[in-house]
Amino acid sequence: MATDTVSNPGESPDHVSDPRRRDFLNIAAVAFPAVGGGVAVLVPLINQMSPSADVLAQSTTEIDLTKIQPGQGVITSFRKQPLFVRNLTPKEIAEADAVPVGSLRDPETLEQRTKDGKKNWLITLGVCTHLGCIPLGINEGDNRGKFGGYFCPCHGSQYDTAARIRQGPAPKNLAVPDYKFTSPTTVLVG
Amino acid sequence: MSFPWAKNYEPKAPLMRWLDEKLPMPRLVYNAVGAGYPVPRNLNYFWNFGVLAGAALAIQIVTGIVLAMHFHSSAAGAFDSVNGTIMRDVNAGWFLRYAHANGASFFFIVVYIHIFRGLYYGSYKPPREMVWLLGVVIFLLMMATAFMGYVIVWGQMSFWGAQVITGFFSAIPGVGETIRVWLLGGYAPDDAALNRFFSLHYLLPFVIAGAIILHIWALHIPGSNNPTGVDVKGEQDTVPFHPYYTAKDGFGLLVYLALFSVVVFFFPDYLGHPDNYIPANPLSTPAHIVPEWYFWPFYAILRAFTSDFILPAKLWGVLAMFGSILLLFFLPWLDSSPIRSNTYRPKARIAFWVLVADVAILGYCGGSPASNTYIVLSQICAAYYFLHFLVILPMIARSERPTPLPNSITEAVLAKHGATAAAH
Repeated sequence: MATDTVSNPGESPDHVSDPRRRDFLNIAAVAFPAVGGGVAVLVPLINQMSPSADVLAQSTTEIDLTKIQPGQGVITSFRKQPLFVRNLTPKEIAEADAVPVGSLRDPETLEQRTKDGKKNWLITLGVCTHLGCIPLGINEGDNRGKFGGYFCPCHGSQYDTAARIRQGPAPKNLAVPDYKFTSPTTVLVG
Repeated sequence: MSFPWAKNYEPKAPLMRWLDEKLPMPRLVYNAVGAGYPVPRNLNYFWNFGVLAGAALAIQIVTGIVLAMHFHSSAAGAFDSVNGTIMRDVNAGWFLRYAHANGASFFFIVVYIHIFRGLYYGSYKPPREMVWLLGVVIFLLMMATAFMGYVIVWGQMSFWGAQVITGFFSAIPGVGETIRVWLLGGYAPDDAALNRFFSLHYLLPFVIAGAIILHIWALHIPGSNNPTGVDVKGEQDTVPFHPYYTAKDGFGLLVYLALFSVVVFFFPDYLGHPDNYIPANPLSTPAHIVPEWYFWPFYAILRAFTSDFILPAKLWGVLAMFGSILLLFFLPWLDSSPIRSNTYRPKARIAFWVLVADVAILGYCGGSPASNTYIVLSQICAAYYFLHFLVILPMIARSERPTPLPNSITEAVLAKHGATAAAH
């Protein structure tokens, strides 16, 4: 190889550039199908773990509110997760409104967390935003914690009457799912 | 690799000679645990635990494969197939299930002793860093496997354990909740999660077995450490693995199996949580969610973070918990002392025992309810855990005056037993 370049000094630039161009073509020819094939294989392998169609299909729940008196709450399920439906008393609404929003870890007013004119209907997931336990407080006689809302004894997260996080490790308020009133006494969640 | 005085495999029977030419499997075994592997002559009983861990994995794989033949991996059938079919109807099913469930606990007991042995005698130090790194990988794989095995029984603790552990991932800023739903294949643990956990619970033990082969391979290049931590100087410092340590390990294995049998036959539920005999209920949380005992120290570190500081408390907890294990990867470089064995390191020895006590207290806190006393205690102990590895150990390595090392393993052995040996 060394003699090659020495014996044909005039051609040496070609000799140098030719293999480089060939190398590039080789790499490109292998890389394109490799990347394409890799993506084609990885996407289904990763995506198969997302919720399947039958899981997604369970995504709505209808709730009848007629039997829930002020001060009462019921626990039902939505997408296999517990759902808290609470009929707040005027006192509980006043307590929630009295809290300065700026002082909250996850600032939201009760108004933002309920529907217009339906401020007494607080509908949230019953899933502690810390590590997913079900907080106490929905049933009569439960420990409702320092702020009269919900209390997760597992790691000590305390929620107020608007189900907003007030103390403990949970980072967020109890989540409000998408829902709408289909009649004055019926709610469709999801 | 081995020491130059290691014996060579010499097959005598024609069949063994033929096999040695075509597939030298007996040669591999001979060089791994036979006379082909010279081992320091002074190993104490703490060196049994590697073999015991291998035996524990073998028990788990054998009992697990047969239990899988009777297990229903569906949210509707899992609990009943374990607590009904396997416990009552399958021949010897109760024995296999109890052996498998307690086998996991025993595997962790053995591995924890194996890890602390490595910490005390400096087995993580050069030239055995790779052995240690692979060991940490095996430990992580074990934790994942044990967690998924506990979940698929689908009792109350299983279900809520899955909810809490996958909840860790929702701590990732922005995409956390999406990742959690992807991992579970739904919004809460259900069929999809159960099935993928079952699939991985069956797969990972074989990955562990592969990692163990690498762990042993990496060990056999420098050869085994020993209680003095002094390098092997010559043939007089070693004995062939077989028959010396096969016999010693054999005895240890029998003691292990005796203790294991006592638990399996007389206290099969002692190490489990009674709530796991309640079928999984997505609408009711147990009063107090606890993992299996072998995760308690890490669970205590997770719960030690209760208030936000730059990052949310939840993210801190998760980072600290994973960090407490990932930290071990850096240990060979954090402790720069050239002396391996704590027998000759007076300060490091004290720090070691304080760490053992610290981890024990963390474990106790992790198994207790999250009341204020235990939280404060876990905070102190979690802080000390990190302090030990990141500050105390590197500082000791710089300031400590080790006591005189023996010139060789043989010298150390003779200093201890020479007088009595001479008297006989």
